[in-house]
Amino acid sequence: MNIYQEELLDHYENPSNYGVLSNPDVSHEEDNPLCGDKIRIDLIVEDNIIKEVRFCGHGCTISLAAASMLTEKIEGKSLEEVKKLSRDDIMDMIGIPLGPVRVKCALLALKVLKTGAYGIKGWPGEEDG
Amino acid sequence: MTQKTIHTSDFRPLDVKAIREDFPIFADTPPLAFLDSAASTQTPRPVVEAMDAYYDTYRSNIHRGIYRISEEATKQYEIARQKVAQLINAPRTSQIVFTRNTTESINLVAYSWGSMNIQQGDEIILTDLEHHSNLVPWQLLAQRTGATLRFLEITDEGLLDFTQLRDVLSEKTKLVAITHVSNVIGTINPIQSVIDAAHTAGAKVIVDAAQSVPHFHVDVQQLGCDFLAFSGHKMCGPTGVGVLYGKLELLEEMPPFLGGGSMIRSVERDVSTYADVPAKFEAGTPSIAEAIGLGAAVDYITQAGLASIHVHEQELLKYAHERLQEIEGITIYGPAPHQKAGVISFNIEGVHPHDVAGILDTHNVAIRAGHHCAQPLMKKLDVIATVRASFYLYNTYDDIDRLYEGLQKTQTLMTRRNK
Ligand SMILES: Cc1ncc(COP(=O)(O)O)c(C=O)c1O
Repeated sequence: MNIYQEELLDHYENPSNYGVLSNPDVSHEEDNPLCGDKIRIDLIVEDNIIKEVRFCGHGCTISLAAASMLTEKIEGKSLEEVKKLSRDDIMDMIGIPLGPVRVKCALLALKVLKTGAYGIKGWPGEEDG
Repeated sequence: MTQKTIHTSDFRPLDVKAIREDFPIFADTPPLAFLDSAASTQTPRPVVEAMDAYYDTYRSNIHRGIYRISEEATKQYEIARQKVAQLINAPRTSQIVFTRNTTESINLVAYSWGSMNIQQGDEIILTDLEHHSNLVPWQLLAQRTGATLRFLEITDEGLLDFTQLRDVLSEKTKLVAITHVSNVIGTINPIQSVIDAAHTAGAKVIVDAAQSVPHFHVDVQQLGCDFLAFSGHKMCGPTGVGVLYGKLELLEEMPPFLGGGSMIRSVERDVSTYADVPAKFEAGTPSIAEAIGLGAAVDYITQAGLASIHVHEQELLKYAHERLQEIEGITIYGPAPHQKAGVISFNIEGVHPHDVAGILDTHNVAIRAGHHCAQPLMKKLDVIATVRASFYLYNTYDDIDRLYEGLQKTQTLMTRRNK
């Protein structure tokens, strides 16, 4: 299967929840030093539930589509549920196999989310961080 | 100011069809369009066969066994050294040190020569075109010693601003570390002029020849450089072997880099005396098969003819420039084709380099996307990354047509609704 299939391109061209929040409870930005992709995620959290989420940044199809899909997935979820999201969840979301370089693109948004929300360092699913 | 040593006397057009038959990787139909030789080249059969012969018939360690196959291994390893010496016209074979790659060669100089010759207040001149491997070792040396790094910039055309050299060179300058050819935008630097100016100021020069020795004739005696480094894997050779050339008197004065077996003459509990160059810098069992493979690679590219390779790449480059310029929204970085080597870096407006590479990959076209280990240059070009196509002796016009077609498809796919 081709990574440039419709669903990913749709997310890339018309991302969900793109933008910034004016009074976020959490706002975090990180980049992927390998390719310079940059993603920021803003959250409004009430009673441990993610009420609102926005992301912005620049990157390739995979990193932006993954961010868009991730924001759809986490809106209305509890922080506990979000904390459990793993590399495999992102890969399932993307739905197609990726090479190791592109896996980092796909995981950037999750990394930003987790670091912002919990101060968890490192690429999700990697021991060496 | 661009110097290209083309020995027109040994010029004959490359028989690309015959060359490609030596590379099994191109046997598929349609073949892989491999446009990333600047990162690492493909390997022709004779190189693999030379290494196979070692493994199958005389595998053994060198410089130690008193038996026939070890003598044979030693002989073949040293013949490879001679071939490399001839390739770059080194005065003596012993001036060729086998390392792992360009990076290790440069680090060897930074540690060994650097520790003896660089002090607080000294200056090392670099350029904005350097690969990280000719930048980070000097940053580390500067941090260890308190020396300062100075940088020559590039002009808007992507050429080295040679006029800055005069202002930057001073009695504080101890070393100029410069790439011969930029691995990102292909610029061929006027290194002869740089070497001459540096020597007049009393400074030494190390040339990063990773992208030049594989592609055109480089003569260390003519250049007069003090050190020169390159990698086997960028010239049809195997990974794991690289070369450091140095002037003999410098290599002789320098302390060892790594300590261990093979680099000693005699060892006592507290002190050792060291072997002569190049053994002094080849501690431990080296990459024997790989060095032998590199020797075969030198034979391979010299038989094809370095002048012929250069002309072939220039023709491909000119053609690539023509075709790629037809693509909507493309920006090509760096100098005009006649001022650069077979490397073309570009971006397509609104399309991330990773996506360009990813889509081309689905069309069996291999190109590089990223910062190419040259982040300061990316900053200078004001981009985060570029797409890069690079050529070698086995590339064809067809490869470039396939690149062009893939880029057209990328364009349509990625910008369909942006308009
Ligand atoms: C100009 C230049 N210098 C140095 C290097 C480093 O070579 P290696 O990774 O073989 O040490 C490269 C390879 O990418 C290069 O293009």
